[in-house]
Amino acid sequence: MGLAKAPMMLAASGNDVDFMVHGLIPLRFFGHQVWITTTHVTTLIVMVFILILALLARREIMKGSEKPEGVQNFVELLVETLDRLVWGSMGRHWRPFVNYIGTIMIFIFISNTSGLFGLRPPTADYGTTLALALITFVLIQYSAFKTSKLNVFIDLFKPLPILFPINLIGEFATPLSMSLRLFGNIMAGTIMMALWYGLLPVFAKLGIPAFLHMYFDLFSGAIQTFVFAMLTMTFITDKREA
Amino acid sequence: MNISSEAFVLGCSAIGAGLALIAGIGPGVGQGYAAGQGASAVGRNPGAKGDITSTMLLGQAVAETTGLYGLVIGLILLYANPLFAKL
Repeated sequence: MGLAKAPMMLAASGNDVDFMVHGLIPLRFFGHQVWITTTHVTTLIVMVFILILALLARREIMKGSEKPEGVQNFVELLVETLDRLVWGSMGRHWRPFVNYIGTIMIFIFISNTSGLFGLRPPTADYGTTLALALITFVLIQYSAFKTSKLNVFIDLFKPLPILFPINLIGEFATPLSMSLRLFGNIMAGTIMMALWYGLLPVFAKLGIPAFLHMYFDLFSGAIQTFVFAMLTMTFITDKREA
Repeated sequence: MNISSEAFVLGCSAIGAGLALIAGIGPGVGQGYAAGQGASAVGRNPGAKGDITSTMLLGQAVAETTGLYGLVIGLILLYANPLFAKL
């Protein structure tokens, strides 16, 4: 049995069904064996894609006209929709956060939908989603500390001092649940697509996967992007007003 | 009949993964209830369709978390089994 010595999480899952992260290049890092994985490669591809889109939008805006048309129109529509969304759920303190929300929304959405182009979505790796959720967690705590100073810590002892451990766990459950939600959804879609492509005969792979891609990549990806951004905004606003 | 300890752990892990996914019942009921309430809210007040839909989706996504915990436990048992290290 070679199962016991397979490097866990980096192992291929067997036969034709393959949805795991593969290690590409081994590295030594402070005495630990770490890997450049397929996730790094797909993240790089997503980043380059976003960069190209941004440069395109910038060029259009630089030579923008009074009456927008074409790409400029689309970019303005995106920015205005984002502004309205953030303003609608954060109210008066929306301004400092709109850039962050926009950044994570673009990154998560393009990551989630990269399954359409045959990539393994970067957000189907727990490392990516945990990093995103930790950034959000730090932002939540920092903005709360900036507005209400030491009340952030005093609030942990309310309503009863004995509830302090539970409140503390509740704080740290936020990044955990946010990252697991995104990871679980995208991973579930990736597994479903891998099972469909890996286990079924050829005639089932014509046409039908289009609808599956539409649900698992486009619909689920857009919903999860929206949910991640909404939860980020809700948590930030809640903690600021506490 | 002899069963090796690896095979025993593997089989029990597969059963455990199946049991973990029973967690999917809860989110299914919860999301369906939220969707039904959302539909009746739109029926009463069609003008607020946008707000109702976004609130409903947010609530459903939060309700989904417990089911996803079950999914993650199942995935860990199947593909990154921590029990093998103890053999």
